[in-house]
Amino acid sequence: TFFPSQQNSIGYTLTSLPPNSDSPDREGRSSVRYKCSMINSILDVLRQRPGWVEIKEDGEWDFNWCDVGWLRENFDHSYMEEHVRICHFRNHYELTRKNLMVKNLKRYRKTLDREVGRLEGAKCDFFPCTFELPSEYHLFVEEFKRSPGSIWIMKPVARSQGKGIFLFRKLKDIMEWKKVQRFSLNFEDQRDEAPVESYVAQRYIENPYLIGGRKFDLRVYVLVTSYLPLKAWLYRDGFARFSNTRFSLSSIDDQYVHLTNVAVQKTAPDYDPEKGCKWQMQQLRRYLTAKHGSEAVETLFKDIDNIFIRSLLSVQKVIINDKHCFELYGYDILLDQHLKPWLIEVNASPSLTASSQEDYEMKYRLLEDTLNVVDMEGRLTGKEKRVGGYDLMWNDGPVYREDVSLETLGTTYQIANTNLGCVNDRRKQLRQLLKPFPGHKRS
Amino acid sequence: MMEEGADLSVTIAQIVHRLKGAHLHSQLEKQARECLHRPEIKLESLKEDVRSFLKASGWERKLQNAVYRELHILPPPGHPAAPPEHTKEPLVYMRKAQASWEKRILKSLNSMCTELGVPLARKRPVSEQKELTNKWNEMGTDEPDLSKFRPVYAPKDFLEVLISLKNPNYDCREGLTANSHWGLIQISLNVRDIPQMREAYPELSLTCSQLGIDDHAHIPPVVSEQDSAAAQQYSRQGCPTGFRAQLWALILNATNEPEDIMHYEQLKAAVIHHDLLVDNLIYKDVKLTASNDDYYFVFEDFLYQVLLCFSRDTAVLEHFSYNSATPPKSYIQGKTGAEEFTVVYPPNGVIPFHGFSMYVSPLCFLYNEPSRLYSVFREMYVRYFFRLHSISSSPSGIVSLCLQFERLLQNHLPQLFYHLQAIGAQPLRIAFKWMVRAFSGYLSTDQLLLLWDRILGYDSLEIVAVLAAAVFTFRAENLMEVTSLASAEAVLADLSTLKVMPLLQVFLFA
Repeated sequence: TFFPSQQNSIGYTLTSLPPNSDSPDREGRSSVRYKCSMINSILDVLRQRPGWVEIKEDGEWDFNWCDVGWLRENFDHSYMEEHVRICHFRNHYELTRKNLMVKNLKRYRKTLDREVGRLEGAKCDFFPCTFELPSEYHLFVEEFKRSPGSIWIMKPVARSQGKGIFLFRKLKDIMEWKKVQRFSLNFEDQRDEAPVESYVAQRYIENPYLIGGRKFDLRVYVLVTSYLPLKAWLYRDGFARFSNTRFSLSSIDDQYVHLTNVAVQKTAPDYDPEKGCKWQMQQLRRYLTAKHGSEAVETLFKDIDNIFIRSLLSVQKVIINDKHCFELYGYDILLDQHLKPWLIEVNASPSLTASSQEDYEMKYRLLEDTLNVVDMEGRLTGKEKRVGGYDLMWNDGPVYREDVSLETLGTTYQIANTNLGCVNDRRKQLRQLLKPFPGHKRS
Repeated sequence: MMEEGADLSVTIAQIVHRLKGAHLHSQLEKQARECLHRPEIKLESLKEDVRSFLKASGWERKLQNAVYRELHILPPPGHPAAPPEHTKEPLVYMRKAQASWEKRILKSLNSMCTELGVPLARKRPVSEQKELTNKWNEMGTDEPDLSKFRPVYAPKDFLEVLISLKNPNYDCREGLTANSHWGLIQISLNVRDIPQMREAYPELSLTCSQLGIDDHAHIPPVVSEQDSAAAQQYSRQGCPTGFRAQLWALILNATNEPEDIMHYEQLKAAVIHHDLLVDNLIYKDVKLTASNDDYYFVFEDFLYQVLLCFSRDTAVLEHFSYNSATPPKSYIQGKTGAEEFTVVYPPNGVIPFHGFSMYVSPLCFLYNEPSRLYSVFREMYVRYFFRLHSISSSPSGIVSLCLQFERLLQNHLPQLFYHLQAIGAQPLRIAFKWMVRAFSGYLSTDQLLLLWDRILGYDSLEIVAVLAAAVFTFRAENLMEVTSLASAEAVLADLSTLKVMPLLQVFLFA
């Protein structure tokens, strides 16, 4: 339904939108002042959003798309009015730093084992055996010796884009590395030394699912608008990133094979920037369905949903919840040959730079819909289960496609409200869902 | 009545003859022999009991599927006195045109061969054989120097030949008459118009739902019944993604029995032992087309595994009995002219052209065991794809498709056709490349598979011409604005967002 103009004329004229009567605490804004530290697709999306005005340098802002560095330095000293929104949670690193994520997941699993049972705890075995170094060095060595011949991967906790990662099969391979890291096995010594970089050592997944002989991983986008209560949205689009070369365990020195991050691929000698190394999620889902049938693929995607929900629940009590904050996470998932998904890592600042026209368009949609969900303009009622390409995955409890009614109550079979890799007919949905932007008529 | 009966018995005799030597025959005999031990087989009613056993155990269905397959490739019954060339192609002028086109291709191939000093075929030294065996699953990593090789021909060269086709018995005077050809194709063939197609393709009507996404979770009954004919009928409304691979294999009766796997292994051995000049053409084609495609690049290795084997498969020669083309012959060195020293080159008689690998690429989406992928591709080729690059009067042949496309567009949007013709942008010049490849590489994969569902379902390539006309119709508004061939090409450059079924349904039934 439209808001008729104040005058009695046929068309619509510029009027200010009255506040949304359904949610009295969300006053819609017809003009949003924003700050943005990036120069990639997010800036385009912000610039092209009706009524949004860029603030340079100092000046009051209503919305800040900042980088984590700015957050670290300024968040604690900033006062934000109620309506202001910022794109990170203060201590997001509990989820996104590899060592902390593992620590939180392990702790969450133990809690589940204790309070619910081992069966429930087993639903958390979606991350490979991981140890933090140097603190868990001894535990790591014990496990290492228990499975001789298996391959491990060493990753620095705080770096991205594949930097500093390497594979190893023998303990002596990491002796050199240890020396370089200057860490000592004696915890007391460390206090006086220069801060040592933390690493995680993780069991390498030796049987990844291959397509055309190539390894790939999945990038999936999850938007969290609140941790307490937990409200999380899953975007339908995403992509699979292929390694440029064929997978083989014989050359673990070739990091280009094993690391599929696009950023690392770009430095490989035979990388062709024009060549697509990515498949859209829809393409992947169709391929897997053609190969394995829809039932197996539905199970797979349900297992992937499980990863998002459990990882978020594991940090729910640790993250400092702040109603000003929202965060768009980029999840990296790896499939193995048995179609089991594994969590590789979670990124708080997923790359928004586009590698191709198709990629640009996907990221544009993603960001536009992110802003639609954050809803500075107050156009949503707050009861929506879908906004554009986002499906509400968790709202202080699981969200189902069909609302629970007397008939469905008691049945164990409920379809989750997620559609990763499915058709994203967002334009149509948005037209039906949203009122036009303040001051604009419906196109 | 008498003639029909005679025709039928001839057909039956032909099929029985073809199936007699086949593996299925010996399997059926074996099954029949073994079932004699079963308690339900009684001596008094031996024949009926064995028959019912074969029916219940699914063997009769397998035989039905095999017969159904033979019916597909059996050419229509001709006059008993007609020579074999008539079965390949009844019209003389078409045969002549095809023969002279083949001569040109062979000349081009031979001259490339002489120029580069590369032999048509060469036995590989043992070390090279070993290397290739090791690298069999990743031939794409090889980067041979292909700069000197050029594709033997590209679709646009073939188009020029089709444009110049003339029926010597047809008087096409100057001046526009009701029968004039204002398109590029200058011959008259019987092509269907929209009302006729509405009758032939009722399953595409606007009121029929089409499968585009997995709307059913259950297995289509045709899969469990393993019935080729039923599967083909089913495919007319689209195959569900999860079952398409099985359905297509069923429709084509492309089996993956031990004998098929063995046949594939033999072909692989042939690849290892000998290197052919056409291998380089295949490499070049894959590198230029599929490897550059955003979606098919992952399948590069499969393409080599299929196409290199395909070139060596002499079983493909069978299809030349109903193909207007004739396999090129080469002479063993030094014995030019001596008939007994000719060999067919390449062994399967098919010289790949630029874009050939795109016939295989979409299939990689469905099958990943090489022998299975190979079986399906080979069957698709000998039933359909060969018609897209040989000159014939068949209703599924490229000439008919071109003519049909032009006619459909002329009748549906004469103003658009006239406008494009006037600015020197004959629609066929743009649509030809789509049709030659049956749209592979132009549509997005899921849409392409939906289109190929219908090619299989209706056992005809006609739908390709209809789609081409529907695409022009869809973009008609923009096309009316263009003023040059280049801008027309630009409007039609990107088909990746098109949805095939709505376009076809609206074009035929709206």
